[in-house]
Amino acid sequence: MMARQRSGSQQHRATLVGLVLLVLSALLLVLAMGVGSTGFESVRQAWADPVAQQIVWDIRAPRSLGAWFAGALLGLAGAVAQGLFRNPLADPYLLGSASGASLGVAVALAVAGSMPFATEWLLRLGLTSAAFAGAVASVLLTLTLAQGVQHTLRLLLAGVVVGVVLGALGQLVMMLRPEVMLAMQAFLLGTTSFVGWSACLLMAGVWLVCAVATWALGHVLDGLSLGEATASSLGLPLPQVRGVLVAALALATGTAVAQTGLIAFVGLAAPHLVRSVVKTTHRYLIVLSSLMGAVLLLASDLLARWLIAPQELPVGVLTAVLGGGYLLWLMHRRSSPRGGL
Amino acid sequence: MGGAPVMALEARGIRAALGGAQVLHGISLRLPRARWTSVVGPNGAGKSTLLKVLARLLPHEGEVLLLGHPVDSLPGRLRARQLAWMGQGEAGGDDLTVWDVAMLGRLPHQTWLAAASAADAQAVERALRATQAWEWRARSLGQLSGGERQRVLLARALAVEAQVLLMDEPLANLDPPHQADWLQLVRGLVAQGRTVVSVLHEVSMALHSDDLVVMAEGCVRHHGASTDPATHAALLDVFDHRIGIHALAGQWVALPAGPALERNL
Repeated sequence: MMARQRSGSQQHRATLVGLVLLVLSALLLVLAMGVGSTGFESVRQAWADPVAQQIVWDIRAPRSLGAWFAGALLGLAGAVAQGLFRNPLADPYLLGSASGASLGVAVALAVAGSMPFATEWLLRLGLTSAAFAGAVASVLLTLTLAQGVQHTLRLLLAGVVVGVVLGALGQLVMMLRPEVMLAMQAFLLGTTSFVGWSACLLMAGVWLVCAVATWALGHVLDGLSLGEATASSLGLPLPQVRGVLVAALALATGTAVAQTGLIAFVGLAAPHLVRSVVKTTHRYLIVLSSLMGAVLLLASDLLARWLIAPQELPVGVLTAVLGGGYLLWLMHRRSSPRGGL
Repeated sequence: MGGAPVMALEARGIRAALGGAQVLHGISLRLPRARWTSVVGPNGAGKSTLLKVLARLLPHEGEVLLLGHPVDSLPGRLRARQLAWMGQGEAGGDDLTVWDVAMLGRLPHQTWLAAASAADAQAVERALRATQAWEWRARSLGQLSGGERQRVLLARALAVEAQVLLMDEPLANLDPPHQADWLQLVRGLVAQGRTVVSVLHEVSMALHSDDLVVMAEGCVRHHGASTDPATHAALLDVFDHRIGIHALAGQWVALPAGPALERNL
């Protein structure tokens, strides 16, 4: 009986936050079916009119679900990165993994352009694996340059350096193969408009794999939060777990980036937002961050589609502006009373 | 192997380096079971390093035996169940609740994916009550003061319920009443047959333990009962006779032997 009381209030809160995020997701998804040049009209006529059905089913539905899953992947990656590197600024974007993934995509696009037999699925898988490889390589590069994860400043600087250098290499690929320029342009800005059902399915599958893996390893991140020595004194197999978590982080980032391009700050902001409402263990933190990221990106995507309708903004631009503002506010708030990001 | 009693911890020819500099120079040590041993010595003597080596947290030369078994051959989880370690000034974990932090001590007892059992919950409750941290179980670690935090971290180490407990500066940030509580706690553990090894910079506190390991410059200078005059002599020696050890109210206490004080007396 006593055991039930424990940190009960926080546990309930975590469940409540999860439910709220799920309800919000459902509401936003319904709303998303109606946002577009033809508005809710298409939804109403979807049963009778094949064109309207196509608009809702083949364009709006996969892209909205895609935004949700991409956000879920980024939120998960952010929470894992912050726990793994014990650094609240760790984020797929700031660690350079996003630019590594985009370089991978640029190279893959340049190569695929010369392959006549590339099907939709093959292209998706090719882009995703290239993005994955790029993400892993850049995270490893950042960690090597930063000589570990203990120094926030060094980690950040290394991430920036890797990001800039890999970004430049990506530009170089675009210059050498101008025909990929257009695809890359949309990609670098970050947009959900090219997300179809195949991309959606791929992201859903990867999300499931990453969510299961991180749920199974969440307690190791809890142990790590008290320091490496304490974690290994508890008999946790750190090197192996680190490997799996870096792989999950890179897979999640790579998959999201390959489908939607560079979308900044979702991975950074989602865990911070969750932590500001509930203190919980990493298992719940990762799941909740994932849901939070999904809601954030879906809401941003809706906003991007609606703000200057009938035209639309690339959602990556919107998240960069909103997320950048949030980060600044966070820095301001942290620097005053308690200090130390 | 004869009838020799199994030691809680035994170190043979330990050498260890930190950042390229040799810190421990061939240490051999036998720590008996059901005793409280404190490691003392001046700053930089290698006390914390020795404790980390004993807990298998640092690469080293030489061999460490835990309850008679080479520690390197023990599976990680089994070792973690037999030996609990509490580090010096463990930072982080601010977002975890006190309950969650103490529950980390039960990780070596849990299988992957399995939720905490009733036995785990009971062990955590015992540990939190033992350090008077039970009241804060729903608060997050980041909301606690330094001393309160230290008591939660102590509960985390206690929750392992290991035979051997290694603690590095466990009294840091604790006020005198809670230092006294800690003494009582350790005596209780030893009475149950557990072994406690602590690194203490406060010599007066260390003099309460059963045995003292006196270290200087990466070597063990003396290992003996804390009431033994030879141990006191070794202590005075490694501290350059800048302290004095006196009997006071039935306890041994170490006091600074400052020149100003001597002049006034």
